[in-house]
Amino acid sequence: MKTIILRTASTYLLPVLLMFSIFILLRGHYSPGGGFVGGLIASIAFVLHSFARGLDNTKELLRMHPGFLMPIGLALAFMAGVTPVLFFDLPFMTGLWYPGHLPVLGSLGTALFFDLGVYLVVVGVTLTIIFTISESA
Amino acid sequence: MLFAILLGFAFSLFLVFAGKFFKGNFSILAAGIPLALFVYFSQFIGRISNGEVITEFHSWIPSFGVNLGFTLDGLSLLFSLMITGIGFLVFVYTSAYMKNHKYLDRFYGYLSMFMAAMLGLVLSDNLISLFVFWELTSISSFFLIGFNNTSRKSRKSAIISLAVTGIGGLSLLVGSLFLGSITGTYSITEMLSMNPEIFSNPYYILIVLLIFGAAFTKSAQFPFHFWLPGAMKAPTPVSTYLHSATMVKAGIYLLMRLTPVLGDHEFWNTTLIIVGAITMVYSAIHTLFRTDLKGILAYSTIAALGILVFLIGQGTKEALTAAAVFIIVHALYKATLFLVTGIIDHQAGTRDTTVLRGLRKVLFPVAIAGFLAALSSAGIPPTIGFIGKELTYESTFHLENMAVLFMALIIITKILLLYAGFVAGIKPFAGALPDRFVKTRMPSPLLWVPPVLLAVAGIVFGIFPGLIEGSLVKPLVSSMRLNGEEIHLKIFHGFNIILLLSVITIAAGTILYFIIKPTKKLEIWIGKFEKFSPQTLITNGWTFFYKFSNIWTNIFQNGYLRNYVSTIMVFTIVLIGYTFFTTATYSVDFNTFSPITVYEAVTSIVMLIAIGYTVFTRSRLAAVAAMGIIGYAICILFVIYSAPDLAMTQFSIDTLTVILFVLVLYKLPKYLKLSDYKMRIKDGVLSLAFGTIITLLILEVLAEPKNSAVSDYYAENAYILAHGKNVVNVILVDFRGADTMIEISVLAIAAIGVFALLKLRLKKSDQR
Amino acid sequence: MEVLLAIMIGVLYAAGIYMILRRSLVKLILGIIILGNGANLLIFLLGRVVKGSPPIIPADSDVFQSIYADPVPQALILTAIVISFGLQSFAIILVKRAYKVVKTDDLDEMNAIDKDS
Repeated sequence: MKTIILRTASTYLLPVLLMFSIFILLRGHYSPGGGFVGGLIASIAFVLHSFARGLDNTKELLRMHPGFLMPIGLALAFMAGVTPVLFFDLPFMTGLWYPGHLPVLGSLGTALFFDLGVYLVVVGVTLTIIFTISESA
Repeated sequence: MLFAILLGFAFSLFLVFAGKFFKGNFSILAAGIPLALFVYFSQFIGRISNGEVITEFHSWIPSFGVNLGFTLDGLSLLFSLMITGIGFLVFVYTSAYMKNHKYLDRFYGYLSMFMAAMLGLVLSDNLISLFVFWELTSISSFFLIGFNNTSRKSRKSAIISLAVTGIGGLSLLVGSLFLGSITGTYSITEMLSMNPEIFSNPYYILIVLLIFGAAFTKSAQFPFHFWLPGAMKAPTPVSTYLHSATMVKAGIYLLMRLTPVLGDHEFWNTTLIIVGAITMVYSAIHTLFRTDLKGILAYSTIAALGILVFLIGQGTKEALTAAAVFIIVHALYKATLFLVTGIIDHQAGTRDTTVLRGLRKVLFPVAIAGFLAALSSAGIPPTIGFIGKELTYESTFHLENMAVLFMALIIITKILLLYAGFVAGIKPFAGALPDRFVKTRMPSPLLWVPPVLLAVAGIVFGIFPGLIEGSLVKPLVSSMRLNGEEIHLKIFHGFNIILLLSVITIAAGTILYFIIKPTKKLEIWIGKFEKFSPQTLITNGWTFFYKFSNIWTNIFQNGYLRNYVSTIMVFTIVLIGYTFFTTATYSVDFNTFSPITVYEAVTSIVMLIAIGYTVFTRSRLAAVAAMGIIGYAICILFVIYSAPDLAMTQFSIDTLTVILFVLVLYKLPKYLKLSDYKMRIKDGVLSLAFGTIITLLILEVLAEPKNSAVSDYYAENAYILAHGKNVVNVILVDFRGADTMIEISVLAIAAIGVFALLKLRLKKSDQR
Repeated sequence: MEVLLAIMIGVLYAAGIYMILRRSLVKLILGIIILGNGANLLIFLLGRVVKGSPPIIPADSDVFQSIYADPVPQALILTAIVISFGLQSFAIILVKRAYKVVKTDDLDEMNAIDKDS
């Protein structure tokens, strides 16, 4: 599968797809998108890259095992849920919102951090599964 | 009081950690706990006998009406004193009896757990907490019967007793729930005033039966009596404490406690009288055929419990006074006899009445205790047993219906019990000492002092009945809503017919003792009737169910996935199909559905082709590719039906799934043509039938009006409450965020599972 | 078109069950995936299905002005799709391991492996 076209394309595809996935993540609260879809798109970007350049190159690019993204994402999502309990004495998972509008995001709130956690977990899970399988299959 | 109850549990828990450290040393100190509790409860005697009722209340689960309410009245006080007093003696006795036993700490742990649970039972005012303590006593009894856990028989007896008393416990729970729902409270004190409502309730009989189920199993009434002789496999201190003095009286306690709530109804009285009478006569006769001392005592205990049930059934003040006195009498003499038996077993090495003789020469103080207890059991003056027997006769004599019949039955029972008491308390000590027992040594005072104390108490209370009259008996009768003030216990009632009957009983029993000698032959002869005993019937029932479930499991759990799936499918098809064709309305209104456009038609056709290809192709790669196409087709359907989020997700996942398959495909097994033509047809028909059912079901459901309250709430509040406009995403990350949290955790677990399956290499040392 | 969807779901269920009833391991997994797709569509159909109006509040208002697709089934299915990916990959790897250990692809021969070992 390591054709020249794909290899060349992947150099540009990876950053573009990653940007796109983050865009999908951020707009999720207002338009179709969100953590799940964003995470999946990011995973596809990395998988494509690994097909074009080889798994080792992709791993080098990532610098760490994608499995570590899972606890980071879970912790982030959990923090988003637990923050209102710890600091504001509100029930678990109560949404907290920054008053006022931000240019790109619209409203900023704990929900976005939760979605970011979902994003990271999905990337971590997908890449762990695919990488593990392609390494040992 | 809560503290008093928890003390035993705390000690039990303490032993879990500290028991190994003490290695059975200082075990005598454990007796300090029941002693302290005995003293604690004794201080209430004065207040209780003045008619006071001491209550204590702790909230537990107030929303369900379940609370830790404790009531100390005459009834609870008598039982508490018995539990702690006999408990103290048994704890002392145990320290010598089980000396150097490997698991002595464990034994004390179970004992004190039992004591705490039993105290909780008799003090609880709340039916639900009473149930909890009730079950705790069953469980500790299970551990104590099976204490000798290397013996198969012990384990079996333990299981049987747990099964029987456990079923009784459930019956108690259900009965309590019924009572609770009728009266709106679980507090027994509050139920007292609702007597009319309970009586007029259509479920009254059922409630009474449930309560009886609990009391009869616990107190070993016929036909649930059989677990008690089996429970004699437990070490003797346990038999003394649980299976004669306290736990088996829990059923009696329950009946007495609920007499003011449920009693004084014909059904209640008649049932109790009949069951009690059958039990007492049946098991009293059984004592004639036993040669094991503990066996004799077990059956005579059942007979005594039968007498108590019989008396409670009579329900008059006389009868309940008799019951109160008899509880004390029985606790004193039966505990003594058990302890004496234990000493004989411990020192002489056998409990066989056919060989035991002349032991008074080597175990003199024990012989005294046995003799006094036998007198009390026989009801010979001046023991307290005599007073108990007189009262029993007196109240039975005044029965309204069939007094003569019941009088005869109670007299027969008493004669046989006299015989049993003599065999257990006198026979081993009478006569000449055989050679094999010459070397029998006098035991440590820790062993023989407790039975002597109990036996002497029986005489003292007999000579001075005033000691228990005001302090225990009157408050007990008063606590059952009867006027206990007129009770007057005395040893001599004047020459009347009751006295005559007493004399006849004593004479007949004594003659019986000299005529009948327990022999193995008799025991074997009665063994033949075991075939018809309730125990055999029940064990046969168990065996039958065991075999049946074995066969059943072998049929359905046959290890073929295909068969499991087919069974489930066939069952579902038949079940849904039947309901469907009998109740469905077939009113599918096609006009409510939107028209089919060309996009959907094309997508569906593509999907159909892909499904057909996936199912029938012989190539794995083609099957995977076709499956990918199914996914993309669904993705397009999502786009058409305004679900952009789903379409994106489906697209990404479908891509990843295909990639995944391609990665591992050549490592996966090749397709094999395994099933024959016939099987394919059969499976095909089954699958099509299931698919058809699903389609029909969907159409039927679509005809029903939808309830979209939840969706509307989310949609309307998405922006207002959660500042988001994509409602799907708002639901995921905000409204149902906790669910999503769990879902991503599951995902992470799946990934870890994959990683572990593929990457985990066991260390050399861990490999087999 | 609800009728069409209902029929498609029936076909998906039938195909899934048929695949599961086969004795081959790979077919088992494919069957589970197809069955899962059918279940997703089923949930989807039982919500309010409309064309061209996704459950997204218009940019210029705070609440929905017109009819919209039911968001709850969509949220349910979205997570179901992602979870089923986790399930599928785990199942595939499990099958691969089982195949390696037992050396048979025949499900019927896998019924007694816990007897030895």
